[in-house]
Amino acid sequence: MQLVILSGKGGTGKTTIVSCFAYLADPSSIKVDCDVDASNLHLMFNGKDIEEQAFTGSKKAIIDPNKCINCGLCSDVCRFDAIDKRESYYEVNELRCEGCNACRVVCPADAITLEEEDSGKKILTVLEDDSYLSRASLYPGADGSGKLISEIRKVSLELNKEKNKLIIIDGSPGIGCPVMSSITGVEYGLLVTEPTQSGFEDFIRAYELTKHFRVKSFVAINKYDLNYEMSEKIEEYCNEEGIKVIGKIPYDSVVNKSNFESKPLVMYNESIAGNEIKKMWDLLKIEMGV
Amino acid sequence: MKIAVLSGKGGTGKTTVSTNLAYMMNINYVDLDVEEPNGHIFLKPQIESVKDVVIPTPKIDSEKCTLCGTCVNTCQFNALVNTGKKILVFEDLCHGCGACTLACPVGAITEYDRKIGDMSIGTFDKAKFYSGKMLLNEPMAGPIITDIKKSLPKDEDFIVDCSPGTSCNVVKALDGADYALMVTEPSKFGLHDLKLAVELVRELNIPLGIVINRANEYDHLIEGFAKEENVDIIGKIPFSKEAAKMYSEGRLLIENDEIREMFEMIKISVLDVVKEGNHAISNS
Repeated sequence: MQLVILSGKGGTGKTTIVSCFAYLADPSSIKVDCDVDASNLHLMFNGKDIEEQAFTGSKKAIIDPNKCINCGLCSDVCRFDAIDKRESYYEVNELRCEGCNACRVVCPADAITLEEEDSGKKILTVLEDDSYLSRASLYPGADGSGKLISEIRKVSLELNKEKNKLIIIDGSPGIGCPVMSSITGVEYGLLVTEPTQSGFEDFIRAYELTKHFRVKSFVAINKYDLNYEMSEKIEEYCNEEGIKVIGKIPYDSVVNKSNFESKPLVMYNESIAGNEIKKMWDLLKIEMGV
Repeated sequence: MKIAVLSGKGGTGKTTVSTNLAYMMNINYVDLDVEEPNGHIFLKPQIESVKDVVIPTPKIDSEKCTLCGTCVNTCQFNALVNTGKKILVFEDLCHGCGACTLACPVGAITEYDRKIGDMSIGTFDKAKFYSGKMLLNEPMAGPIITDIKKSLPKDEDFIVDCSPGTSCNVVKALDGADYALMVTEPSKFGLHDLKLAVELVRELNIPLGIVINRANEYDHLIEGFAKEENVDIIGKIPFSKEAAKMYSEGRLLIENDEIREMFEMIKISVLDVVKEGNHAISNS
């Protein structure tokens, strides 16, 4: 069974909630942090990294200046403006190059090769309760986050060969390739939104995507008391769409403290938001039948 | 002058800073967070036109195709598959690079424009507004970002609202910026992702400054890092429930005088650096 936590808009509280779920869940559960270019879940735990593996996500073209005959064909066909003219040869702009191969196809001098690029690393971490966290770090500016996400999810599936464990996935913001990669084949989704115009619009787009991927979704409205009117609007929308609002989390300044102390919010008995997240987790477990 | 606003972590206030600054400085705004564009909520632009954003996608002429598989071997994105009877095109994996068309030995591949998003163009107050939006169920934001950047008027000033993260999409948005405004929040998450974003901006040699949004008693987290890295903190927008409420309603925070003053200071700091940069270039 897999549960993904998404939001559309960034910063609505996905990771804060996931860290609570990770703390409350049975130690047999496996956690995956799919926000690979800004992965934060591990910061809330005293985990130990037990495995690290290099990840090559994309290729880059390289022009051999000794072979280059300065014809410029490569630069003409490149649709990413990634080939610059130098005095007596052409050079690839690495940040723009998508490794598409077009330049190599047309080069009459065989001066171009495509080389795999080190784009990040896959990391397997063991948390304090001996449960696994599969995560990654994509190097700044690198390409291939969708592929990296598939790979760290594969690690979690391999740890769950008997298919009897719960996999909790922290998604990334947006609705593009990384998000699609995070939700493919997932049964349940929790969409975390906030009562703001931006949060609402972004939530609708993320919800549409989960619908398309046949993920059964629930909704949490975080900081719902910052704008009651907007919260009501979101609830109305959910009612019309037939999605259950499973939690309404109040604004709570303990969140800042919990983040600073790197301890999941549910560890603070005085936290009103933490208590609501606890309740939400119990409801989710019933819905998922775990 | 191109000012890129980025953050690493999502939801730290990129759009808040971009829209308020654009409105106050009367400078054009472009929303390149094409997966979840929100700038329109705050700037309430008059949209004058909406243009399709397309990428060239291959179409295989089965009468000419000899099933040799050259196109499949050329494609680096697994967008083409040879079933033995036919070449299948997986459109949403296609980067629109044209390599297959160039490689086909019998000229069986042509390209058509496939819509993956759109671009709205309009005005707010006295400046121009551009915003990209990716279609639902499309995976690739990159081509939309590049396309919109290409269609911006060359010699005008812009504030560029980037997407969260530090991936290739952010690089595309940052490319050509004169200044990078890093918006962060005083939390361990904010700091962790800010570090990555600073690393990226440094790699691109773009001058930068930090704005702490929702500033509170944990600002020292960011301040310590900024000092170590020798980056200026050019503004702090304190957390207040009132500001949060204004944001939630889609209002600009500069309606509030205190916050407006803060944005005035941010503006001065940015202009100082950008102008100094121009000066240095014209002297060299």
